[in-house]
Amino acid sequence: MTDVDLLIIGGGSAGMAAAIEAFNHGVKNILIVEKDKQLGGILNQCIHNGFGLTEFKEELTGPEYLSRFENQVETLGIKYLLNTLVLDVSKEKVVTLSNKSGITLLKARAIIFAVGCYERNAGAIQLPGDRPSGIITAGTAQKYLNIHGYLAGKKIVILGSGDIGLIMARRMTLEGAKVLCVSEIMPYSNGLNRNIAQCLNDYNIPLYLSHTVSKVIGKSRVEKVILSKVDENRNIIPNTEMEFDCDTLILSVGLVPYNSLLENMGCLMSSTKGPCVNENMMTNIPGVFACGNCLHVHDVVDFVTDEGRNAGIGASKFLLETFNETNSLKISPKNGISYVIPQYLDKNCNEKVTFKFRVRQPIKNAYVVIKSGDKEILKIFKPVLIPSEMVMIKVDAEKLNDLTEDILITLEGKDE
Amino acid sequence: MFDILIIGAGITGSMLARDLSRYKLKVAVIDKENDVGNVTSSANSAIIHSGYDPIPGSLKAKLNVLGNPMFDQICDELDVKIQRIGSLTVALEDEQLPLLKELESRSKENGVNVRLIDSIELKKIEPNISNEAKGALLAESAGIIDPFNLVIHLMENAVDNGVQLFLDEEVISISNKNDVFFVKTNKHEYQSKIVINAAGCNADKIAKMVDEIDWKMIPRKGEYFVFDHFLPKLVNHVIFPLPSIKGKGILVAPTTSGNFLMGPSSEEILDANDVSTDLPTLSNIKEQACALVPIAKQKFNQMIRVFAGVRPTTTRHDFIIESSNKYKNFINVAGIESPGLVSSPAISNYVIDNLISKLIDLEINPSFNPFIKKYHHLSSMNEKDRNDLIKKDPDFGTIICSCEKVSLGEIKETLSRSVPPRTVKGVKRRVRAGFGLCQGGFCSPSVTLILAKHYNVSPLEIKWDKDGSEILLNKVKEIE
Ligand SMILES: Cc1cc2nc3c(=O)[nH]c(=O)nc-3n(C[C@H](O)[C@H](O)[C@H](O)COP(=O)(O)OP(=O)(O)OC[C@H]3O[C@@H](n4cnc5c(N)ncnc54)[C@H](O)[C@@H]3O)c2cc1C
Ligand SMILES: Cc1cc2nc3c(=O)[nH]c(=O)nc-3n(C[C@H](O)[C@H](O)[C@H](O)COP(=O)(O)OP(=O)(O)OC[C@H]3O[C@@H](n4cnc5c(N)ncnc54)[C@H](O)[C@@H]3O)c2cc1C
Repeated sequence: MTDVDLLIIGGGSAGMAAAIEAFNHGVKNILIVEKDKQLGGILNQCIHNGFGLTEFKEELTGPEYLSRFENQVETLGIKYLLNTLVLDVSKEKVVTLSNKSGITLLKARAIIFAVGCYERNAGAIQLPGDRPSGIITAGTAQKYLNIHGYLAGKKIVILGSGDIGLIMARRMTLEGAKVLCVSEIMPYSNGLNRNIAQCLNDYNIPLYLSHTVSKVIGKSRVEKVILSKVDENRNIIPNTEMEFDCDTLILSVGLVPYNSLLENMGCLMSSTKGPCVNENMMTNIPGVFACGNCLHVHDVVDFVTDEGRNAGIGASKFLLETFNETNSLKISPKNGISYVIPQYLDKNCNEKVTFKFRVRQPIKNAYVVIKSGDKEILKIFKPVLIPSEMVMIKVDAEKLNDLTEDILITLEGKDE
Repeated sequence: MFDILIIGAGITGSMLARDLSRYKLKVAVIDKENDVGNVTSSANSAIIHSGYDPIPGSLKAKLNVLGNPMFDQICDELDVKIQRIGSLTVALEDEQLPLLKELESRSKENGVNVRLIDSIELKKIEPNISNEAKGALLAESAGIIDPFNLVIHLMENAVDNGVQLFLDEEVISISNKNDVFFVKTNKHEYQSKIVINAAGCNADKIAKMVDEIDWKMIPRKGEYFVFDHFLPKLVNHVIFPLPSIKGKGILVAPTTSGNFLMGPSSEEILDANDVSTDLPTLSNIKEQACALVPIAKQKFNQMIRVFAGVRPTTTRHDFIIESSNKYKNFINVAGIESPGLVSSPAISNYVIDNLISKLIDLEINPSFNPFIKKYHHLSSMNEKDRNDLIKKDPDFGTIICSCEKVSLGEIKETLSRSVPPRTVKGVKRRVRAGFGLCQGGFCSPSVTLILAKHYNVSPLEIKWDKDGSEILLNKVKEIE
């Protein structure tokens, strides 16, 4: 069995950033394992503009953004394997790989999971009605179009106003398809405001809020989609049907961290379906880290890169034994906050920590409060908070020193 | 001219086709679908029932009990997964205990070994069962099977032994001249001495093409949830509530791939092709199933799919296996509702022994081979065997479906057999690519391209399932 110091599973934005950062912090024996035929992950199929505003202060396409990291991986000589799937990882950090040359077992001293996410699909949302051809998730439609050059629909209804759905509305319109509408079950959109403006409004595509698909009709291919209005509990209101003749229903109903490997290892998982991690992005299994969309779903790749770097630094600390392992404090979300990363904080933490979280529903004029027991660590005012935008709050090291009680992150004084 | 022509390649037709290939006969099978077992035989609970509940003396009772033990040999010969995990029929209230006793004596009448167990033993062998459970009837001979590969491998074996299979052809009329049947499809006309009607929910229509019938089809739909595979298991046995007039009730059961099923509902429908699902029915299933296995409520974030199947129930409420009044050589095998899957080997024997043997000479086919060539199942191979295989064929190292860990080699292997998949769904039913957590989100583009390459057609021609179910509608640019 060969040994490797740091094995990174997934060569997308998160995995590449983690590898580069770990290398720069002194870990040289690194291997990235990627199942696809190229590095880069999901961004390979995101050929639109808008990546890199934070990282590079310029607007790049997905592939352009990626190539900057790929180049660094190449220049630093970091090893990677393509067309190779990680089949299994044991608690002892023995990793089983499968590719054309066979099954290989590797013993890793540290592992970073950067395996991304999958799209929630028709089954998971109990999509009512028939199950013909023409029901497709937005990312799969994007892959068919941008990677393979095929259009998966001509007359389209989109369910879910997530960003990928919005971007596909514009992309498919530009390729000659007719997007009839976007239906969103919530009373607000789940996409970024700029995507609503640039992908829907600019093309006169209506967005129906508080609407969902109440029935799909079609024997072989989708023939009709029926939308209905929903009440505040998301139950369908009878007699509010709108009928659309179409051949395709695109689903953009959420992304889910893809973590069966971590689950099988017995890793402690959180409500995001990602693992619970501490400020070094380390899970409850020592030496096992996670970052990017498999930890929690990100809207902007620049933040994925940043998180990847954190995990890379965390892994290098672990490997170079500068870790001060003590017991940690638990960080819990409360009162309108749906989740927070990290979920644990080392008691002796002596570095700046970024708290990342999302709110459950849109909120105006709220204070975000972080406290440890009764001790207030931080309180900041936010005029607007929406679920589709991840919030990041940096907390200085001195504020996190000498904490003894578990930490809460909560909202106070808000208007809904 | 064929000796025997079978209409319908579900479990009934496929089992018969294989059994008839044991004899020196010219046998053909016609199905309107582009794959075998694509209708009711692939949308059911996949339970090898013990036979405890059909009414004693009915054909259902008799053939279920005869069919059940035959599956060990069939599955061994045909490389099909079966697990005899046993079934538990659970009483949730004290008032139901007498009914369990009644079921016990009915089982004895049917010749099925069962045992009543108390709530303590029940909880021990089935830890997730409701704390309300008062006791259960344990039937150890019950099992679960892979219903997809059962039908596919039966037909593969039948074809390997000389049966001719015509897919994508719908029978539209049948006539008889001088004791020969002329079976017309939307594409061809075939002649046969004997016709077997195994057309599932369409068996009434086919039967009426030659003669009047004294029964009616009243199709009943059953909807289901499918859960991902996870450990510890949701349930170890097939869990039934007490049966009612509507059937065996909502069950919770593992599948042979480690997934879990919850369902089916039971509602009469007008259109036997209606396999849609709806939210009220599904939430009712959820409620009833969670009464048996309360912890299931917390597993709905691992629910990956909903589906429905239609039971070919008739007004006779029993299997109808008989020649038409007008023509002895036209055999109806109709009303094959549950327990049709488990009964299929016995149904096939019944048809051959009681009906066919009286119509035609059955001379043994000396070259009949009951075995199919074993498939490679990577998931159950050790590292060394897997490596040896990849050395021989590197495609077995390239994983296409990362949820179910299915390799390119396995997809190509199934494409090389005598009943190969033609559609993305066909690949899914055979090797499980696209059957997992992401439901083909990642791998369906690859599978589409693999099929296009194999059949040497444009990806635009590749279908998800039936005619008209192409996946891609337009080529926009030259990329690969
Ligand atoms: C469809 C989609 C569209 C998006 N569009 C935008 C956008 O327009 N703008 C924006 O700013 N952000 C967008 N994002 C968000 C952001 O770009 C992504 O979140 C980011 O690229 C994720 O990076 P990652 O490395 O975490 O995951 P990924 O890029 O998904 O990388 C994960 C990698 O792991 C590999 N992998 C998975 N399992 C295994 C295994 N077992 N063995 C080996 N390799 C494995 C995968 O092949 C993949 O390459 C989008 C995200 C998605 C999913
Ligand atoms: C919800 C549900 C749950 C069930 N659970 C179980 C169980 O757990 N255990 C069990 O033993 N049984 C179970 N059953 C019963 C079992 O599934 C059926 O008895 C069995 O599948 C019937 O098989 P078949 O071959 O007779 O019919 P089918 O599988 O329907 O096959 C009939 C075939 O005929 C073809 N056909 C129809 N019309 C034409 C035409 N005009 N021309 C050409 N071809 C035609 C169709 O395409 C089809 O392929 C269940 C059934 C349902 C619906």
